[in-house]
Amino acid sequence: MVGLARTGDDGGVDVLDVARWQFGITTVYHFLMVPLTISLSLLVAGMQTAWWRTGRAKYLAMTKFWGKLMLVNFAMGVVTGIVQEFQFGMAWSSYSRFVGDVFGAPLAMEGLVAFFVESTFLGLWIFGWDRLPRRVHLACAWAFSLATMASAYFILAANSWMQHPVGVELVDGRPRLTSIWAVLTNNTVLAAFPHTIAGAFAVGGSFLVGIAAWHLWRRHRTTPADDQDRQVWRASVKLGGWVGVVAFAALAVSGDLQGKLMFEQQPMKMAAAEALCHTEQPASFSVFAVGDVGRPDCENVKSLTVPALLSFLAKNDFSSEVKGIQDLLPEYQAKYGANYPDDPRLGELSGKPIDYVPALPVTYWGFRLMIGFGAVAAGMGLLALWVTRRGRVPQGRWFPALGLLAIATPFLGNSFGWIFTEMGRQPFVVVPNPSGVDGVWMYTAQAVSSGVTVGEMLTSLIALTTVYGVLACVEFYLLRRYARAGVAAVLPGWGQPKPAPGAGDADDREQDDVLAFAY
Amino acid sequence: MDLATFWFIVIAVLWLGYLFLEGFDFGVGMLLPVLARDETERRVMVNTIGPVWDGNEVWLLVAGGATFAAFPGWYASLFSTAYLPLLLVLLALIGRGVAFEYRGKVDSPRWRATWDRVIMFGSWVPAFGVGLVLSANVLGLPLDAHGDRVGSPLVMVRWETLLGALALVGFCLVHGAAFVALKTEGDIRERARRLAVRIAPVALAPLVALLLVVQLRAGEGWTWVPLGVALLAAGAALVQLARVREGWGFAFLGVAVAAAVTTLFGALYPDVLPSTVDPANSLTVHGAASSPYTLTVMTWVAAFGTPAVLVYQGWTYWVFRRRIGTRHIPPVHVP
Repeated sequence: MVGLARTGDDGGVDVLDVARWQFGITTVYHFLMVPLTISLSLLVAGMQTAWWRTGRAKYLAMTKFWGKLMLVNFAMGVVTGIVQEFQFGMAWSSYSRFVGDVFGAPLAMEGLVAFFVESTFLGLWIFGWDRLPRRVHLACAWAFSLATMASAYFILAANSWMQHPVGVELVDGRPRLTSIWAVLTNNTVLAAFPHTIAGAFAVGGSFLVGIAAWHLWRRHRTTPADDQDRQVWRASVKLGGWVGVVAFAALAVSGDLQGKLMFEQQPMKMAAAEALCHTEQPASFSVFAVGDVGRPDCENVKSLTVPALLSFLAKNDFSSEVKGIQDLLPEYQAKYGANYPDDPRLGELSGKPIDYVPALPVTYWGFRLMIGFGAVAAGMGLLALWVTRRGRVPQGRWFPALGLLAIATPFLGNSFGWIFTEMGRQPFVVVPNPSGVDGVWMYTAQAVSSGVTVGEMLTSLIALTTVYGVLACVEFYLLRRYARAGVAAVLPGWGQPKPAPGAGDADDREQDDVLAFAY
Repeated sequence: MDLATFWFIVIAVLWLGYLFLEGFDFGVGMLLPVLARDETERRVMVNTIGPVWDGNEVWLLVAGGATFAAFPGWYASLFSTAYLPLLLVLLALIGRGVAFEYRGKVDSPRWRATWDRVIMFGSWVPAFGVGLVLSANVLGLPLDAHGDRVGSPLVMVRWETLLGALALVGFCLVHGAAFVALKTEGDIRERARRLAVRIAPVALAPLVALLLVVQLRAGEGWTWVPLGVALLAAGAALVQLARVREGWGFAFLGVAVAAAVTTLFGALYPDVLPSTVDPANSLTVHGAASSPYTLTVMTWVAAFGTPAVLVYQGWTYWVFRRRIGTRHIPPVHVP
């Protein structure tokens, strides 16, 4: 009976598995919208600033065009974010009880400091074009776009605490907050934040490059070089290309920093990222593998390794030792126990041995796909800058085709990065901090809501996945429609000759009362 | 007053802000097919809340987040126990938010009609669901010693909580109609005002009934006062609306909802989530509160954050204070 049973002893589905799939699906989906929202809103604020300072029509057109695509995406990010705020309590109530004293604070701060600013000033920006002085309207753009960054900081601080708990002491079996400052300046979040923001800008950069390359290529054959529209697309390609290249550099630097922290803070995760079965000194970096990296003798499936590189990535020293999974296992068992506690709420896992090794194919390939897709995105940015240098535009169809395809790569890179880092910390939901805060850790199996049935969890998984699937199609349809239509669709009169002075004055007076924008 | 009680009040205030603000924008969505006669009027209605609905909804998120931070056990037990009702609320809010943003993005009657249906669903369902969950919270849930639900996923659906659901639906209808009357001009303004006056006696009855049920079951002596204020304010709102003073009518509805929330949370205190199985399992303000340090941190954040929110959200309403009529609606310009 799925409807009432908590776990399927008959081999049916388990509430923990369903809850994990649901969290994975809803979070990865939400994080398709988030990076595009963060980067596009800041880029649009920048474009509007350029318009405000120079008064050039090109920048107004860019603000309107990219701003509209940003809004289509923003709405989806907002509504899928509500699910995130609710599902800790709904599906992970035991987790919420355990960490509430610490974890709730950054979440509440995100709401109070970031969400309110974001939602209010976005409304002012959308509807305020004719209601606000230009300077104030521009300030609204900066307010909501910076608020999206603030929001990212708070949520990453919360996530980083789960990867590396700090600023707490264990009281009555639960972490109690002793320093909010320690939580907000956790070295894990200080590295994760620039990495995530850079990942967001990689998305924004390739989005600009892909769509603008297509328009530029189309316009190039039909319009003169000084055509207004062409200038918009050229400026957008250039901006996107530079953003993509700089973002990748920032990704590499911050990612290296994160990697070194992870070797200290979560050695098993980094060993799993490499599928490093046995300790090596110096340790080599595997570029790819053929076969099952989850086998106990996984060294034998790896191809194309770079000697000593992993040692350098771990500790900035080409000859250092990096511990492998087989050698970390006894350490974990000695420190955190070999078996789950006897607790009926753990279901079938109660008293069973703990598997400390994350799903190696996921971590190993997730890590490589993250880097690979990120590199492809950066490569496209460089290529776009090169082929459009000094007023050139490639004639071939390959340029827009490649650009449009490459839009997907940083999205995929972000998703694989998150899948890697969240799956790589299993079986923990709160990873023990090896250098302090004794006793503060939690297994994912203990975190799931203890009072919720498999039936409820499955209902929400199916319902949310279905709705998300439908909305993904709708968003894609709208983005494509608006992206194809270009500036004229969002800026009436664009591309048409200016009316002679005096003409249409009477008309203007009547138009005074009409809203500049309405739903 | 100790910090835990202070945070209980803060959460009550956040709920009050949410019910007052999203109360009218739910109402606008619910009445979309009733009040508007054509597409332009539908656009008039949607645009009365266009710039503000998202900011209004954040009050719910912050009420949830603040509960998590200040009373983790309350957040965990309530949200996991009310799993299915909250899932419906979530699905509705997802659709609703997207619908506002997308309905005008393609010039096709079918496209708009589809999203109008989503707006309707997305306004009726969460009003019903939030009313159900809030009244169940006040009247108690079957919780075991762990704070987990005893009984089926739909155990919170009882006549009292259905009354709570209808109470919020009814309030949103009247509040929404009053808001449309306050923010529009022309025919639709008059239609909205008349509708508010006509339905108010019936639509507000469940709210009155709910307050009496809660008062008789769990009320304190002093909660009779806000209950009385709520009744008087609702009556005053009706009179003002009938006299074509929409602003005063709307303001009195605000007083009514404030007094109603005071009654409900006053009756709830000192519990945050009573257990109907065994009073010993009830979560209390002091038992469920976070540590004093966490509450102190949150108090500082709220002390700076809340006035700022009130100022800039208030400013938004000032910027968009003008009434909207069909003559203000621009022609459709989409690809």
